[in-house]
Amino acid sequence: MSELSDVGMINQSVPPEEEAEWKLPSFRKVGVILLILTETALFTIFVVAYLFYIKKSLNGPYPQDVLELPILATVALLSSSITVVIAERAFMKNARGTFHLWWGLTMVLGLFFLGFTAHEWYTLIYRDGLTIATNVFGSTFYALVGLHASHVIIGLILLGLVFVLSLLGHVKPDQAERIEMISWYWHFVDVVWIVVFIVVYIISRSA
Amino acid sequence: MATTTEEEIDIELSPPGEEKGVLTGGIQSLFYTVDHKKLGLMYIGSGLIFFVIAGLMATAIRIQLAIPKNDFLEPDVFNRFFTMHGTAMVFYVGMPIIFGFANYLIPLMIGARDMAFPRLNAFGFWMFFFSACLFYFSYLGAEGLYGAGSAPDVGWFAYSPLTAKAFSRGHSTDYWTLSILLGGIGSLATALNILVTVFCFRCKGMTLGRMPLFVWLWIVVAFLTLIALPPLSACQIMLTLDRYLGANFFNTQAGGSAVLWQHFFWIFGHPEVYILILPGFAIASEVIPVFSRKPIFGYPIMVAASVMIAFISLGVWAHHMFTVGMTSLGNTFFAISTMIIAVPTGIKIFNWLGTMYGGKIRLDLPMMFCIAFLFQFLIAGLTGVMLSVAPFNWQLSDSYFVVAHFHYVLIGGLLFTLFAGIYYWYPKAIGRMLNHKLGLWHFWLFIFGFTLTFAPQHVSGILGMPRRIFTYDPGRGWEIWNFISTVGVPFQIAGVACLVANMIWSYFKGKKAGDDPWDAWTLEWATTSPPAEYNFEKLPVVRSRRPLWDLKHPEDPDWKHE
Repeated sequence: MSELSDVGMINQSVPPEEEAEWKLPSFRKVGVILLILTETALFTIFVVAYLFYIKKSLNGPYPQDVLELPILATVALLSSSITVVIAERAFMKNARGTFHLWWGLTMVLGLFFLGFTAHEWYTLIYRDGLTIATNVFGSTFYALVGLHASHVIIGLILLGLVFVLSLLGHVKPDQAERIEMISWYWHFVDVVWIVVFIVVYIISRSA
Repeated sequence: MATTTEEEIDIELSPPGEEKGVLTGGIQSLFYTVDHKKLGLMYIGSGLIFFVIAGLMATAIRIQLAIPKNDFLEPDVFNRFFTMHGTAMVFYVGMPIIFGFANYLIPLMIGARDMAFPRLNAFGFWMFFFSACLFYFSYLGAEGLYGAGSAPDVGWFAYSPLTAKAFSRGHSTDYWTLSILLGGIGSLATALNILVTVFCFRCKGMTLGRMPLFVWLWIVVAFLTLIALPPLSACQIMLTLDRYLGANFFNTQAGGSAVLWQHFFWIFGHPEVYILILPGFAIASEVIPVFSRKPIFGYPIMVAASVMIAFISLGVWAHHMFTVGMTSLGNTFFAISTMIIAVPTGIKIFNWLGTMYGGKIRLDLPMMFCIAFLFQFLIAGLTGVMLSVAPFNWQLSDSYFVVAHFHYVLIGGLLFTLFAGIYYWYPKAIGRMLNHKLGLWHFWLFIFGFTLTFAPQHVSGILGMPRRIFTYDPGRGWEIWNFISTVGVPFQIAGVACLVANMIWSYFKGKKAGDDPWDAWTLEWATTSPPAEYNFEKLPVVRSRRPLWDLKHPEDPDWKHE
């Protein structure tokens, strides 16, 4: 239409010293960081609700009576953060067999953690009679731990998809950044567990 | 046809496919489009439809309150109407229209071809649209057991324990909860998308410091959305657990706390006010410089003030809760933080005035709406500071004074700037100018009706009229103010009708706009009107805050001075 449509014209009358390289951050990294930010806000509210309701239950069972320290599950989940990094490095070096091994191990550790949660909930419900409706401890406990467990499930789905696709040969070396993003998400899930562990299993049991 | 020659020339010079217009080309393409411009217009269009519905509900409320002891609406219908009106105006009118502007304009302003995640963008829109449909479907679907409940009737902030299963039977509250939860997911997706677009897809030379203020304000809004919306989602999840699985988050009989709901809701609710008003500031920050023929005054201060507003807005929420009864430390903290937030807001108003001062002001419609915005928002800000004083708030909390205050914020502040934005960017989006005469009718009818409706509510509030009452006794001194208030409504309706008629008429018959009808400076005016699907034939390179000024004035470009 008019000469304005040709925005290339802006190039004219340009100071020469400004022809520097134009680099912007990776959109995947920024996106995942922002996702983690907003998820953090969500978890914060559930953690605050949990802390607020400590010792506010009108009837038992109370945390100190029924909760046990989940040492093994915690070790499993936290070490899965290490295995996923090893897998990621192997992927960068294009060592696909090593990648499969450590990536699969990460999934096994995540599944072990989920199995622990399932067992814990089963015991709490059938042995101790603690459900989400029993008291405010039950409500906040199942909501917070359940929210975290649902994130573990999403992480496992992502890990599993990559695992299967990679076994079928559909994952290409130039997709390394996507692999890295899944591991970032997985680290986030781990860090949330550290907070949940401290709040639920240490603070509320000793309060 | 008289205009044949002119159109022929256009066809020759425009990119192929562009002559089809923006909304034709098959309705079905609206369902699968991922184009940020189409989605932006869909956001604005559906927001305007819900605006009319929610506005008609407000009209019914005003008719009911026009005279004492009126029986135009049943009490329970009245409760549903103010709930549906408030919730819809925030979540299904305000949010989609501001997101529509952002969607349409941000990629154009930063010289990008689309949003970072176009499909996520479409997902965000359809989540919003579905949640709005779910919300209105409550009128049909919420009957529940024994015919209890219809549409939600718990007010837009749905205080606990009114929302507990025992007090809100049937499914009406569930419709409210679930539709807000779903809409929130859509808003989060869009906010994330906007930030990634701005950080990762700016054209060459578009440093953060050269971005239009519109984009800067949207960085702030999108961050606020990412931080403030999850608390809303969290408390909706808790409420759903309460209602369906018997959890005790807000069940006071099992040690739960009803006040916690208020805290969680307002941790979202107050930043939400800024999520809604900052996009209004964003529009004013684009319109005022262009129509004053001066660059914006104090660009870095404007950015800093916006960031400050966002930070402080996260720490003022309990000023909605002074009457709950807090410690005097709590009262003091929230009163002071609320007063402090007026400082960066005041800085912005002074900067807009500074932009206008000494400028060659062009009193076209976008500018007129922005000037009205400055005055009305000043009033809104002043009543806001009044309400931040805790003892004053104890008197006037939940009165019509508060109703007047936030309608001055959201109509006098936000809606007027949105109108300014519509008049300013309609030529870009549609390719034709809006009719000036009809626009003048819209402006004067609406500003007259708005003032007539909401200014008297300050008085009825001070005289003690509580909000959300469905009728009142004669002889309290409220009659005249309520009557004037209702008289203003037909003027507002006529004003909005002028706008709608104008938008439809101008779509077919409006004067051709050309690429740059306002002689503006930001990148969206450098491409065709309406822009092609790929936005820019050749991605631009930017040297200053006003790339089009540089282009038009090669003898004195801005980059020599910045």
